[in-house]
Amino acid sequence: MSEDVVIWTNKLTKRFGDFVATNEITFDVNRGEIFGFLGANGAGKTTAMRMLCGLSVPSSGEGMVAGFDVYKQAERIKKNIGYMSQKFSLYEDLTVAENIRFFGGIYGIARKEIKARSTKLLKQLGLEEQKDQLVGALPLGWKQKLAFSVAIFHDPQIVFLDEPTGGVDPVTRRQFWDQIYAASDDGITVFVTTHYMDEAEYCNRISMMVDGYIKALDTPTNLKKAYKAASMDEVFFELARGAKRKGD
Amino acid sequence: MRCFLNWPEGRKERGTDMKQLFTFVKKEFKHVMRDRKTLLLLFGLPIVQIVLFGFALTNEIKDARLIIVDYAKDDATQQITEKFRTNSSFNIEESILGAVEIEEAFKRGTVKIALIFPHNFEQELIHEGSAQVQLIADATDPNTATTLVNHANSIIRDYQQALSTNKPAKSILIDTRNIYNPELRGTTNFVPGVMALVLLLICVLMTSVSIVKEKENGTMEILLVSPFNPFMVILAKAVPYFLLSIVNFSVILFLSIFLLDMPLNGSILLLFAASLLLILTALSLGLLISNSTASQQAAMLISLMGMLLPTMMFTGFLFPLENMPTPLQVIANVVPSKWYYIIVKDVMIKGLGFSAVWKEMLILFGMTSFLLIISIKKFKTRLT
Repeated sequence: MSEDVVIWTNKLTKRFGDFVATNEITFDVNRGEIFGFLGANGAGKTTAMRMLCGLSVPSSGEGMVAGFDVYKQAERIKKNIGYMSQKFSLYEDLTVAENIRFFGGIYGIARKEIKARSTKLLKQLGLEEQKDQLVGALPLGWKQKLAFSVAIFHDPQIVFLDEPTGGVDPVTRRQFWDQIYAASDDGITVFVTTHYMDEAEYCNRISMMVDGYIKALDTPTNLKKAYKAASMDEVFFELARGAKRKGD
Repeated sequence: MRCFLNWPEGRKERGTDMKQLFTFVKKEFKHVMRDRKTLLLLFGLPIVQIVLFGFALTNEIKDARLIIVDYAKDDATQQITEKFRTNSSFNIEESILGAVEIEEAFKRGTVKIALIFPHNFEQELIHEGSAQVQLIADATDPNTATTLVNHANSIIRDYQQALSTNKPAKSILIDTRNIYNPELRGTTNFVPGVMALVLLLICVLMTSVSIVKEKENGTMEILLVSPFNPFMVILAKAVPYFLLSIVNFSVILFLSIFLLDMPLNGSILLLFAASLLLILTALSLGLLISNSTASQQAAMLISLMGMLLPTMMFTGFLFPLENMPTPLQVIANVVPSKWYYIIVKDVMIKGLGFSAVWKEMLILFGMTSFLLIISIKKFKTRLT
């Protein structure tokens, strides 16, 4: 595993009884890369992601995340990754500042450091005046931005985004991707699952999962070339057509 | 590798865990304090219930255990005993016991009422025209006591009338003693019940809902992905409700002693210890419910159906357990509040010590351990 590979897997597999949710997936992700993880519902994306986040123990295969083994060093992995799910997940009955303080706190960041960082963050987000407002009162776009900022507040090596832009309008989505690019420029690796094919085009590289296998893995440009497709949409349909599993 | 600057390998700051836990508990308190409606409900509920349950209910009694202590052993006492024997309300146990043994039997709760004939009962009745008997009733449950005493009274009066029909009038003087609760106050009966009910309600309902809320909002996922220990999540969730329950318990206790004149004859420490035990039982039950449900509604429904109803029915403060059919009496044994109710009555009213209630405390402790083990096991499997 070279210095610049932050996620590395070799035939990583998860079985639930007879059902093989992810089947011998092998790939690696480089530092600072925006890696798109695509697939229809039920293709095994979430299972793969859970194994990489240290939430689920693989059935077989190997995997390293942020330099730590997915079997033995799940706790170390957790300290070095950030996570944001499709569900908007901050506490609505806490204020903006309280949410930041709480999530900073459970990652064990010192109080002074939290203070310094959150002042900077609120300035960046333009939320200085809203810092004592309950998060529930913020518009969705702002919540989303805040959620992402909170996910990378502890300065992780990798941030996992599980369909982060579900149910958000195109303008907000565009802004959200600006944030992702900024994080990537800061050297944070972004691992993102999405259903939106236009978003797939924003990624440096993408992998396509079908029925638990990785069917394709390359840059968007190369994939389009290989499948003689005009857009990622077509690539996706071409690959997903053979899927046996129906969405969940 | 800039991140390793923040997280030096192998070096974990001492007390980080505690700090994280503290951060979490603080957050939980904010959730509780900001939910004004629930908070109002939590503190309003016990007061309302204490007032509501003030209206005592009447009960019908069957097969109440009666001790007959017959010092006279003459025809008259035999006849009266026979009358009691044929009555379905009583289950007679004849014995020659001393005052100490009678009291022991009452404290064990094996006997509800005692009828005592003095020496020379018949002779006094015939020669002097009047004799005395003594009725002693366990009035911790005042409804039962009143009903039993009235019933016993009427049986003795019947005998007296039959005796007096064609002879000079004879009178039997009945000396009634209601022990433990001489004024027959209903308070003594329902306050321990309300205590059990409120403690269970807050702990089970609130804990399970607050954990399930995290699942529903998706914040649980974030917490599980964080380095924060999942068991700490549970612990942090339990702390505010634990403290809240203690405050609530103190309020109920204060109200019942100073407003309702409830006696506190035993040790207050023992009472608190038993209450803490019940709170723990309830918290672990809440934990189990939250691990088995996915939505707040489901958690609430299970808590209410699974807790509120059995607690009301099987604790013994609304419906005397002795009157229930055997299967229901068996079911009542798995309801934690039944045992708590016995402890509270023994400690507050009878003034008994640990040696009298250790069995009930042990049962509660066993229930708590059992529930905790299951829910921790369930929690673990959820993570993999």
